[in-house]
Amino acid sequence: MDAGLLAQFVANGLMLGMMYALVAVGFTLFFGVLDVIKFSHGDVLTVGAFTGYSTYLGLKLLGVANPWLQVAAVVIVACAAMALLGALIAKYIVMPLKGAPALNVLLITLMLGTVLRESVRLFYPDGANPKRFPRLLPTDAVALGSFNLRLDSVLLFLGGLAVIVAIHVLINRTKLGLAIRAVAQDEETAKTMGINFTLVVLVTFAIGSAAAAFAGVMNGLYYNEINFGMGLWLGVIGFSAAIVGGLGNIYGAILGGFLFAALQTVGAVALPFASAYKDVFAFAAVIAIMAWRPTGLIAERTSERV
Amino acid sequence: MNAAPRAPLWPGIVAAALVTAFAVAFMWAENEWEVVGVLAAALVAVLVARRTGWLAPAARAFEMREPAMNCVTIAALLVFVAFFHDDHFPLLMVGTVLVYFTVCLGLTIQFGYAGVLNFAAAAFLGTGCYTAAVLSAHTSLPHLLVLAAGGAVAALVGSILILPVLRTRGHYAAVVTIAFGLLFRTFLEVNDTLGGPQGLKLPSMNLLGMTFNDNFIVAGIEFSFYMHYVLAALALAVLAFAVTRRLERSWIGVSLDAIRLDETAAACFGIHLARWKIVAFTLGNFMAGAARALYALMLGFIAPTNFTFGDSLVMVSIILLGGIGNPWGAALAAALVVVLPEKLQLIQEYRFLLYAAMVILVLLYRPEGLLPRPLRNYLPGWRPR
Repeated sequence: MDAGLLAQFVANGLMLGMMYALVAVGFTLFFGVLDVIKFSHGDVLTVGAFTGYSTYLGLKLLGVANPWLQVAAVVIVACAAMALLGALIAKYIVMPLKGAPALNVLLITLMLGTVLRESVRLFYPDGANPKRFPRLLPTDAVALGSFNLRLDSVLLFLGGLAVIVAIHVLINRTKLGLAIRAVAQDEETAKTMGINFTLVVLVTFAIGSAAAAFAGVMNGLYYNEINFGMGLWLGVIGFSAAIVGGLGNIYGAILGGFLFAALQTVGAVALPFASAYKDVFAFAAVIAIMAWRPTGLIAERTSERV
Repeated sequence: MNAAPRAPLWPGIVAAALVTAFAVAFMWAENEWEVVGVLAAALVAVLVARRTGWLAPAARAFEMREPAMNCVTIAALLVFVAFFHDDHFPLLMVGTVLVYFTVCLGLTIQFGYAGVLNFAAAAFLGTGCYTAAVLSAHTSLPHLLVLAAGGAVAALVGSILILPVLRTRGHYAAVVTIAFGLLFRTFLEVNDTLGGPQGLKLPSMNLLGMTFNDNFIVAGIEFSFYMHYVLAALALAVLAFAVTRRLERSWIGVSLDAIRLDETAAACFGIHLARWKIVAFTLGNFMAGAARALYALMLGFIAPTNFTFGDSLVMVSIILLGGIGNPWGAALAAALVVVLPEKLQLIQEYRFLLYAAMVILVLLYRPEGLLPRPLRNYLPGWRPR
């Protein structure tokens, strides 16, 4: 295969991997502090992308034309709004079901995701149709042989990387991160040490949801299109990625995200006669990995307590 | 042990008659306000009956005189169907509810008894339908066998998932089935031999020389052609119900309950976890596939959009709304979920939103469902104190 085309595939795969990793990090953070799967995560991403889009429209009405200012505003508003939404979901939907069977939590968040998705479809003006997300980043390209490296892709990738590094630093180097890790390890002990459990949970949900909003805006800027169903797909893939990596482990989630993107890319490259089957291939690989390592590649360290 | 006094049968019969009358009135109601009025009246009646304690004897009749009450329920359904014998729409609704009910019985065995998660119901429903479509188009297999084949292939396809489902637990098991559901849908859409996104057409069902898609006349009364399908769906539902109930009552049911409640303890008592999980998973998929194959024949058309992740979720919400593990609950919830949006055209557009909101409310305020599963009755006539 031509090297330029291969590079194109790799670049595209890295981009996808970054988005999946951002979503997967959210799943794994929530699982860490509360031992729950919040399945509305993907739809929070959708709402985030639509919030970003609305912000852009609002700025245009106000006459702000500087693209850098617009990008900054879109990202900040989307992330802040979704952080708030994530905390509200944690407070009013997830926390009341603490202690209920895992199935109930899974279902209530699945249904909440449906509510969010359907609300975007029904109540956002013309929400049932895809929206054209503006190109806000410079699209200058460097030609490397037959491969075009676009500046906006590089910027988006670096932005995603920055978010992941920021979350890493937050978890490992700050007092808040210490509290989050303490809650994840043992809720009761963390409480007796004077950690405000509810606050830590809410903040964790806010951080994860903001990361999802960032992924949503990133998706919009990269593909220049957003629609109400984008989150479902990204959410399921992010969930699979978090699971494949091993729940509760941030590095597992990042690994899983890039692995899933790699699987899709390999599926598209290796099955040229049937590139339409790339998602089938990727999901089949996920099922196979689950059969091989039932608790993910970086396994959860738990022991059965009877 | 002395025989316990038999619970009187009449409260159950009265309840069944009232429900039938309500169903007839509900179907009869034409415009939105009549429908809302009938619904509100029913809601008030149920609340009043609960406050005054009139519901208890009826519930007791259902619990203690089960064989008789099962017959009463079937009779009530037949009365309802007879009322609308030449009307297509209500019969279509009844057929749909019966099929959904049968599918949910399969899921009840999986979720409610064995505790095996299955978020890929749509994939198994789809397998059943596509099998039926291909077999009825390309072979001259009798249609009863086509239904059985639909179920069998669904169970067979499910066996691909057995290894990962057995090895994983909790969230990890959920992702296996969710991934499979999405895989299946994508596969259908890109696969040209199975019709791709356009789907497939199915011929009319044929049984004992009767063509199901013709209206027919018995004793001078014309019946809608849907009557065939309703009766077939009823037969299937009764069969599935009997199997589910027998299974629940038997030692197998006890084993399944033990596995769901505590795997470690169950294994310590010598219950073969893998064997019973496989049985529950396979049986559930078989029932779902066969029932949905009948529905496909009734509608005459299938497409990948009938088998989305959302459809799997609707099935799970039905058993959850009804009360996990209680077949009667599944019946009630199936009726609500299928018929309400069809009658209230106003909410048709918002139906997924409403289902979702309904399930959220149920999970927050009544997590055991509308009709919670009663305590297992180990001894005849024994009641928990």
